[in-house]
Parts: sequence; C-alpha cells; structure tokens
Amino acid sequence: MTKLSDIAFKIRSKNAGPFWLTIDIFCESPQRFHEACALAETAKVARALGAEESELKRYEIADLNVLKFSIPRPQIQGTRFDRDMHGASFATLLADLKTTEGA
Amino acid sequence: MTQSNVTKILIPSGALGLGYDRDALARGVAEGPDLIAIDGGSTDSGPHYLGTGTSKYSRGSTKAEWRELMLARAQAGVPLVIGTAGTCGADDAVDWLVEITREIATEEGMSLSVAVLKSGQPVDLMTKALTDGRIKPLAPDIGINAETLQSCTNVVALAGAEQIQAALATGADIVIAGRTTDTATIAALPLARGCHAGAAWHGAKIGECGALATTSPNTGTIMIHFDDAGFTVEPMGEAARATPYTVSAHMLYENSNPYQLYEPGGHLDVRGAEYDAIDDLSVRVTGSTWVPSDTYTVKLEGARSGGYQTVSLVLVREPRYVDNIQAWVDDIAEKCTAKAKTRLNEAFTLELRLIGANATLGDLDQNARHGSEIGVLGIVTAPSEAASREVAKILNPYLLHHPLSEQEEMPTFAFPFSPAEMSRGEIYEFCLNHVLELDDPMDAFHLEVLEIGV
Repeated sequence: MTKLSDIAFKIRSKNAGPFWLTIDIFCESPQRFHEACALAETAKVARALGAEESELKRYEIADLNVLKFSIPRPQIQGTRFDRDMHGASFATLLADLKTTEGA
Repeated sequence: MTQSNVTKILIPSGALGLGYDRDALARGVAEGPDLIAIDGGSTDSGPHYLGTGTSKYSRGSTKAEWRELMLARAQAGVPLVIGTAGTCGADDAVDWLVEITREIATEEGMSLSVAVLKSGQPVDLMTKALTDGRIKPLAPDIGINAETLQSCTNVVALAGAEQIQAALATGADIVIAGRTTDTATIAALPLARGCHAGAAWHGAKIGECGALATTSPNTGTIMIHFDDAGFTVEPMGEAARATPYTVSAHMLYENSNPYQLYEPGGHLDVRGAEYDAIDDLSVRVTGSTWVPSDTYTVKLEGARSGGYQTVSLVLVREPRYVDNIQAWVDDIAEKCTAKAKTRLNEAFTLELRLIGANATLGDLDQNARHGSEIGVLGIVTAPSEAASREVAKILNPYLLHHPLSEQEEMPTFAFPFSPAEMSRGEIYEFCLNHVLELDDPMDAFHLEVLEIGV
C-alpha cells in the first residue's frame, strides 16, 4: 500500500492568515504529480483533515507538479483550543494518506 | 531588451529580527537600490501581539538589526521603509520602534526625517462603520456585531501601496508604518513610478519573505528589479540562486489561493505569468495582471481578550497509567469539572492535553523511548485570573494522586514545578475577518513626519 509521502518529496502546511490553513504537496515529476492527484482524492483529504468537502479548495498546479489544498482553519489561530499556532503539523495527516485498498 | 523606468527594491530579510547574511546586504547596497523595504511582522505569531500591541522579537535583536539597516540606508542614500512595525503594527508597537529609532539616531549622530504611518482604528469609529454598512465579512464569515468591535483591545487596518506612497511623498529618510499588507512596502515605489502594476504586486509578493523564493532562504537578502513590462528577481547571497521553480512556487506560500492575491484597491492575478531564467542566477517574470476593484477596501484585524489562563503540567511514567492515559484524563476532567462548578460561579473551560517525549527521568532513564511517558498539560481558561487559578488548584490533587481504579494504593505523579500552577495571564483571540470600505485611502490612516536625532 502506497502512502502520499512515498510519492511526494515534500509536504508542508502553514497558516494563510489566522482563518485559513494551506497544505502544499510537492512532486518531482509529472508522473508523480498525477499519482499524488489520484491518491489524494478530495473526499479522502477532507476526511483526513476533518474538513467539510464543500469547504476544501483544491488546486492542481501542473506547471510546478504541486497539489495544494486550503481549508478554513479547524480552530481559529491562537484561540484556546488551537494546538498548532503556525499550522505546522497538519501536513503529516496528508503524508499518511494511503491508496484505497484494492486500487 | 532594454527596459526603461527600472526601480530596484532591496529586501534585507523576510522580517526584521529574523537575521540575514551581512555580505548579501552589503552587496545589495553596493548595487544602488532605489529603496530598502523590510517587513516587521504579521499575524502568523498569533493574537497575543495584536492583543497587547507588543513585539514578538526582542528589543535587543530588533535594535541591533534596525541599526544595521539605518546605516545601510545612510550609505545607499535612499528611503528605508518598514511595514507592520513591532510584529503587529498596532500604534503602541509603532511608537516602540520610533523610540528605538530615536535612540539609534542619537547614538550614531544621525539627523533624520521619519514618516510615521499609523494603522490603528478607534473602536467607536469602527462601530459606526459597521452600522453604516462599510464593514464587510470575508470567508469564512466569523460573524461580528458592535459588541465584538467594542471588546477589541486593538483594531488595525492593513495599509496598501497608496498609504506608503503618501509617506514616501513627504521625502522622509525612513518610513515606519503600522500594519500594512506584506507586499505594500515593496510595491509602493514601483507603482508610483509607473512600473507595470501586475509586475509590481507580483514582484512584491515574491520578495516579501526575502530570499525564501531562492535556493538559499537563510541568506535573507534579495533585490527585485521592476520595470514597464515585468520584474526580475536577483538574490544577493553568494550561493543563492533564483530559478523559475523557486520563484513561481513562492506564490503558494501562506496563500490559500495560489493564483490570486487580494490587496487594497484590487487583486493580483498570476495565471498568465511566465517565468524565465535570464542567467543561472536571476529570473524574469512577465504576464501577471492587476485587476482594480470597484470600491477601495482595506482588510481589518482585531484582537480581544479570550479570558485568563492557568496551566499545570504533570508527567506520567508508570506504564499502566501510560497505557490507559486517555481513560485517566477523561475521568479527571469529568470529576474536576463537576467539583469546580460547585465551588465557582464563573464559567470556565478545562482541557487536559496529552504531550509526550522523555522529560520525566532525564539521563537516568536508560530505557527512554518515545511513548514511554506522557505529559498531561492541564489548561484552564476563565473570565478572571482568580477563577482560572482557582480551578487549576482544584485540578492539582487529581493530577497528583488520582487512581485509575478505586481498588489500588494511591499513586503519585511527577511535577516539574512548584507552584504547580503557572499563570499565562490574559490570552487574546483574533475576532475580525473583514474589510473596511474607504472613500479615500488615507481616511483610516494617520501620517506624521518627525525630525529626529542630532
């Protein structure tokens, strides 16, 4: 079973202002990029991030071999229940995404 | 192709206080920039700084780096502009940097004209603007009312190119600006000189984090050349290179939409941008567009109190407790919350957060491995300092001695500190995600020119 981190060479997450979180998935070739796009199905990504699918923004940037997702921050940055001031750790949730069984 | 109207902006670093390669800055100064621009902050460090109007970076580091930039400015003989002074850009943070600037000017025997642009918004005026329908929500709409605005300790509006241009038009040696967009200090002069508007904003976005858009982000310093048709990115660090990839990929950074960037007065669209390596060092970009908006709006940021917080940390190393840690903290949270409610009239929240590595035994622990222990961080938030401390003290006996089951000897857990409770003081939260409509860009900003130094 392949993980997204086996396909991408870098996955990073960061705040995009206090209300948005953005995750960039960098791939080293068009082939890897297409594999990443196929693995990271929108519904699967939304589930992993605990986000509503309708709120998830998906960008497939073929020129850069980058797949990008943005969601409203699960907790507004810095409020009492926020655990990650800069949004650093959300990338690992997508790094662990696996190919669908049998696919 | 020869380009006329070239304007060179030198960006020493992604933010004042982050540090940079001194040789790279010297190389940039020697190239004769038209302006030196640096960012002083953002919301990225959290709501505390805007809530309190204070800086994240130490006064000592800020003063040391600002002194070097003031000396570089004197050598280059061009304006030095800082945006979002003092991390948050609140009026108090601007005053803090002005004070530091005065000290340096006196110490260095400089005589300077300083334009101070303030972005702070009186909450009464903001409340009226809300009533008048001039404040509009951005997505996600977090819903505000007059009470929200009245509760803010600081509200700032993000200045754009127009306000920085007004400050530069005073002829000041140094511009110290409150909250600005990350790009405004870089885009202002190229726009004022009639450079390509799409290129001005796009180049400013690429340069806003210093050398982050190059192969050597830590060198800090970068030069952006703007002209009538596009812009060119030239790293100043000896080993740093800009490539079409490093430059185009920077549009993704801290940006929820990689193709568009909203600014006061319009937005940048980079879907048509082309990135070409002009040598093995520099990249030229053309084809980005600026789309003016019908109304002139500036983004607002506001922070208000989120109550007072007290935390307590206990370390659990006993394997049976580690194995059952979630059941243990769930039981404590339930019992402690119920008990505290009988002894307190104020609302509060209690959270027990699990944290783990190897802090309990230090070097004594020959078998330490990740997962062999868990830290339990108790976090109590309440409307008053006294109430948050009171609940944290009610929590203490549980963290010290609570058994997993009734039929066992009373356990004891590891506390690293006495007293066990640590006050975090007042905490803050961001509470505005809105724009403010303005008839004139200067309507929400205050510009003043100071003559300082000897």
